[in-house]
Amino acid sequence: MIFKALLQQLLTKPVTNRFPAKYMPRSVVKFLGKVEKGEAKLTPPVPVTEGFRGRIAYDREKCIGCQLCIRVCPARVIEFKPEEKKIRMYVARCTYCAQCVDICPVGALSRSQDFLLADYDRFSPNLIVE
Amino acid sequence: MREARLGPEEMAEKKREKTCSTCFEVPIGPVHPALKEGIRFTFWVEGEKIKKVDIRPGFMHRGIEFMGTKRNLVQLIYLAERICGICSVSHPLALVQAVEEAAGIEVPPRAQYIRVIIGELERIHSHLLWAGVAAHELGFDTLLHYVWKIREPVLDLLEDITGNRIDYAIPIYGGVRRDIPPEKYPKLKDALRYYRSLVEDLLNFFLRDPSIEARTRNIGILTREEADALCAVGPTARASGLRKDVRQDWPYFTYPDLQVRALTPEDMGLGVRGDVYDRIMVRLLEVSQSIQIIERCLEEMPDGEITSVPKVAALLAQLKKAEGEGIGRHEAPRGEVFHYIRLEADKEAPVVWKVKAPTYSNLMSWFPMFKDQEIADIPIVAASIDPCICCMDRVHIVRGEREEVVWKEELLRLSWEKTKRVASRVTRHAPWGRKG
Repeated sequence: MIFKALLQQLLTKPVTNRFPAKYMPRSVVKFLGKVEKGEAKLTPPVPVTEGFRGRIAYDREKCIGCQLCIRVCPARVIEFKPEEKKIRMYVARCTYCAQCVDICPVGALSRSQDFLLADYDRFSPNLIVE
Repeated sequence: MREARLGPEEMAEKKREKTCSTCFEVPIGPVHPALKEGIRFTFWVEGEKIKKVDIRPGFMHRGIEFMGTKRNLVQLIYLAERICGICSVSHPLALVQAVEEAAGIEVPPRAQYIRVIIGELERIHSHLLWAGVAAHELGFDTLLHYVWKIREPVLDLLEDITGNRIDYAIPIYGGVRRDIPPEKYPKLKDALRYYRSLVEDLLNFFLRDPSIEARTRNIGILTREEADALCAVGPTARASGLRKDVRQDWPYFTYPDLQVRALTPEDMGLGVRGDVYDRIMVRLLEVSQSIQIIERCLEEMPDGEITSVPKVAALLAQLKKAEGEGIGRHEAPRGEVFHYIRLEADKEAPVVWKVKAPTYSNLMSWFPMFKDQEIADIPIVAASIDPCICCMDRVHIVRGEREEVVWKEELLRLSWEKTKRVASRVTRHAPWGRKG
C-alpha cells in the first residue's frame, strides 16, 4: 500500500535545494548585494552535469567570420557585424541547442556552464555575447 | 450542392435538431482550470449523465508547418523538437527518418541504438508524468507528488547524457550528435535498476488501490471495435485490446532486432475492458517494457561511428542537393508520430512538411468514451488519452468576425486550392523527376 511508502518518505531528507537562500528573500538583488558584503550566505545551485548546454561562450580572437553559425541557428540569435567580420549573440532568444558549436570550423564557440540568465532587460550586457 | 456556410440562426436550428430536447448544454473551455491546453468541449447532459459531446480544437494553432518551410533542414530539427515539450525527441526522430529517406542518408548502427535509448527514456518519463496527472485528476495529489518525485532521476539521466532535461537536441540527419560513452553505462544501469524496483510498487499503488479502481473501472470505455474504427493509436488503442505499435508493425532503427511486442491488459493476465483503468495499466506496463529495451540496447550496442556525416557544413550541402520525398514514423509515448517531407534540389527549406501528432488520431475516441459518463468523470476521461492539443492543432479559421463551420464541400475546395498552391512551388514531380 502507499501508506508504507509515504511513511518512509517522512523519514527521508527533502531533495529541494534551497536556492538562493533558505527562505526566498524579498529582493534578490538586495540579497546578492548582502552576499557580496559578506552579511548573508548564498546556498549554491545544484551543480550542472559535465555536458550541460548553457550560454554559448565566444572566443573573439579565433572567429574568422565565416557565418556558418548564422546559417544553422534555429532561433536566429546571431547577428553578423560586417565591418569587423565578427558576430554578436542575443542570448535572450537562444534555445541552447549548441548547433553553432558543432558547425564552427575553428572552435570559436563553446558551451559554457552558465544558466542563471534571468534578467528584466533582454538587451542587458549579461545577455549579449560578442 | 448545399450552401457551404450557414448563418447563426440556421446553425442554432441545426444544433437543436441534433440534440435531445431535455438536455442542458455545458460548455467547458477553451480556457478552463481543469484543461491544461485550449480546447472547447460542449457537453449535452441529462441530469448527471452525458448524452452527447462535441469538441472544437484549433485554439492552439501555431503555424509550425509554415514556419518549417522558411528554415533550412538543420534548423528544422529544433523546430520539430518544440512541437511537443514532452515527446521532444519523438518529433525529431520521425523527421530525421523522413529526411534520411528522402535524401538517402545511411545511419550507423551505434547511432540507431542511441536513438532508441533516448526514445525509450523519454517514454519512461512521459508515462510517469501522465500517471501523476491521472492521479491528480482523481484527487489523489499524494500520488501525484510521489510519482513526479520518482520521475526526476530519469530527467537527471537525460540531462547527463544529452545536456538538457527536455529538448535533448540529440538527433541529426545521419546519426546522433552525442555519444553515450561507456563511462556512463553504470549510471544508466543504476537508474534502470531503480525504476525496475519501483514498477511493482507503482502497479500496486495504482491498480490495487480500491479508490482508484472505483473511479476508473468501467469509466470511459472504448471497445476494441470502436478503437479500430476510430483509428486510435498508442496506449489508447492498446488498452482497448488492439495490438498496435509502430515498433512492432513497422519496425525502424534497431527495433526489428529487439522484437518489441505491443502490450495490452492481457499481458497482466486480465480481460480487456478498454476503460481508464486499462489505460493506466498499459502505460505502467510500458515503463517496464522500456526498461527492458534499454537494458538490451546497452548490452548489444556496437562500437563505431555515431554519425555518417560528421561535418554539419557538408551535411547542409548534401541536403541542399537532395531531392525526393520521405515518410518518418515513430512510436511516441502517446502513439504514432508521422512526418512527411518533400525536398527539392537547390532549396534549403523543405517544400512540404506535414506533421501528424498522436493526439490527432486519438481525439475521436473521446466521443464513445464520454457517452453515458458522469460530469465528475470528465477530467479523468479527457486526460486518459494523454491529450497534447498544442502538438495536434493544425487548422484555425480566423476569417471574418464570427466563428464559422467548414463543411465538407468547403473543405474539399480549400484542399484543391492548396494542391494548386503547392503544385506551383513543386517544380518537378516525384518519383519520375528524381535524379539518378
